[in-house]
Amino acid sequence: MHGKALPYLLLMPATLFLCVFFLYPFALVAFEAFTRDGGFTLDNFRTMAGSWKFPVTVRNTLLLSAIVVPIQLVMALLMATMVSRLETGRSTALYIFAIPLGISDLAAGLIWLAIFDQSGFLNTLLSNLGVIDRPVMFLGYQSKLTIFIAVALAEIWRATAIMMVILVAGMGLIPREYYEAAEVFGASPWKRFIKITLPLLRPSLQTAIILRVILAFEVFAVVAALGGTNLPVLMGETYNWQFTLQDRNVAAAMALFILAISIGFTLFFLRVLRVPKEARI
Amino acid sequence: MAEIVIKQVAKRFGGFTALHSIDLTITDQEFMVLLGASGCGKTTLLRIVAGLETPSQGEVWIGGRRVDHLPPRDRGIAMVFQNYAVFPHLTVFENIAFGLRMKKLPQQEVDGRVNRTAELMHIEQLLKRYSGQLSGGQRQRVAVARALAMEPDVILMDEPLSNLDALLRLEMRAELKGVLAASKTTTIYVTHDQVEAMSLADRIAVMHQGRIVQAASPVEVYRNPAARFVGSFIGNPPMNFIPATKTANGSWTVAGLTLPGPKSDKQTIEFAIRPEDVDAGNEGINATVRVVEPLGPHTLVTCDVEGGLFRAILESNAAVAVGDHLRLAPKPDRIRWFDPETTNAL
Ligand SMILES: Nc1ncnc2c1ncn2[C@@H]1O[C@H](COP(=O)(O)OP(=O)(O)OP(=O)(O)O)[C@@H](O)[C@H]1O
Ligand SMILES: [Mg+2]
Repeated sequence: MHGKALPYLLLMPATLFLCVFFLYPFALVAFEAFTRDGGFTLDNFRTMAGSWKFPVTVRNTLLLSAIVVPIQLVMALLMATMVSRLETGRSTALYIFAIPLGISDLAAGLIWLAIFDQSGFLNTLLSNLGVIDRPVMFLGYQSKLTIFIAVALAEIWRATAIMMVILVAGMGLIPREYYEAAEVFGASPWKRFIKITLPLLRPSLQTAIILRVILAFEVFAVVAALGGTNLPVLMGETYNWQFTLQDRNVAAAMALFILAISIGFTLFFLRVLRVPKEARI
Repeated sequence: MAEIVIKQVAKRFGGFTALHSIDLTITDQEFMVLLGASGCGKTTLLRIVAGLETPSQGEVWIGGRRVDHLPPRDRGIAMVFQNYAVFPHLTVFENIAFGLRMKKLPQQEVDGRVNRTAELMHIEQLLKRYSGQLSGGQRQRVAVARALAMEPDVILMDEPLSNLDALLRLEMRAELKGVLAASKTTTIYVTHDQVEAMSLADRIAVMHQGRIVQAASPVEVYRNPAARFVGSFIGNPPMNFIPATKTANGSWTVAGLTLPGPKSDKQTIEFAIRPEDVDAGNEGINATVRVVEPLGPHTLVTCDVEGGLFRAILESNAAVAVGDHLRLAPKPDRIRWFDPETTNAL
């Protein structure tokens, strides 16, 4: 047998599995998105884009990602740096930081709902402190900004750890000697971070950012719990088309649209954070 | 002015003591070589001077300033790492320029220094490459160039030429010595190559199991080893040792030969002589020839003396054959004596 064929043969079962349980349903969805009443059409996309809610959902989703992901990135880098510096108790710190990872997004949304609700922790706290005399409607339909902030907070709380875990693993791969050399040649801790950690962490940064951006485009349960329909996002709108408006074809078109922008951003980050082969560790 | 003073520095890793109370002064502009077998603590000592390792005890002074609490970048040093530590994400040019950029030198100055040191290390044609595209020896030269480009007061080099071929090493050795002398740099240079040590050093500090056994000029270390270890470690082939028994006060018998020696209350001490310091003649140490190796300029003869090995370097025209009984006469002024218990010179 040719040695070169072996890896492909070994990958066959996994590939078959993917084809059956992923590509096939995907093809079905794509088919539904491009057909209506048995004929090929782009009408579903037209209907989707023509809805007054569409631009709002796109804007909300992108805005949410654009705010949440950079904040998470900075926080994850900070936390990962701290965790990596620990000499003892490193895994304990990692576990504690990673607790929110074990909570489903809906549960996370509910936890933050319990905080921001009219009878929630925040109101109780503020009234006990005498700051307010009656409960504030933080998540009412007029307070779009507070809803947005609450969703952003919940998302940051929920999904920063996943980035941190990836970055901690990546930092562990950077040999100490590079930091020592940089230190000897005059780099302050900040310069070492900029000149050594960040560039050598690029592969992990790439993974973490892509993963997080895709997850951000798919945000759903947290928004549903905290904002209901007051903060329409792409996933919520897909759900809406499928189950409220009972239009599977437009829902499929919507799903394809989300997939397209996810792929677009993935390609973008793959390109921007590419490490030339010769410059790898 | 960059004198380095190491005062009673010790280093323990858990229960293991890598360095036992080291005292060493490297005077301004001196070229000090740390020489010793693998694992004797050379790198550890160098890293303590650099500030990459904290001493368990003791003080380090550089240029009259106590530095053991300062981070490496405040010590005015540059270093060549044993494992090179050439940054993989930077080109050779940017690697050499790294420290200069940290000092915020103007671009013109950076260009000048990088090109000059790259030329010196014969890597000027590699400036655009990445570390992953270099051979081990090329990477090592980048590490040396990066340190030289800093033009520091103190340079610490951990086996900087270990990965080069013999010819290139010879050339680089001479270049390094010239450059460092011209720039008046104080140097600590780690090696376990004794020829390199002898040829470069103003002084050699011979290390053994976490201690400095002797720190002296190369000739002194070679001629007058302060301890048995120094004699057996330096010189190729190394010094010969034969037990000596007391016959009278200040008189010792060595393999059938009676010699005047140090006064001691001990009954046996050790006689030592370098292989080149014996002559074959009618009188001397009783030796049976085991191996004869003609080396061109001279002949290396390995003999049996009192059940131990004894090597002698004889003139190449000496007619010796395996099985011959020789009388090897030691040159009186080259004989050294060691205490078998403390292993120190008597
Ligand atoms: N971080 C460490 N933890 C535990 N032991 C260490 C550590 N670093 C060094 N050692 C031990 O200290 C001793 C001295 O090590 P060092 O690296 O200084 O040797 P060296 O003289 O440079 O040897 P070589 O010539 O092989 O480079 C060795 O026995 C080594 O195992
Ligand atoms: Mg070493």
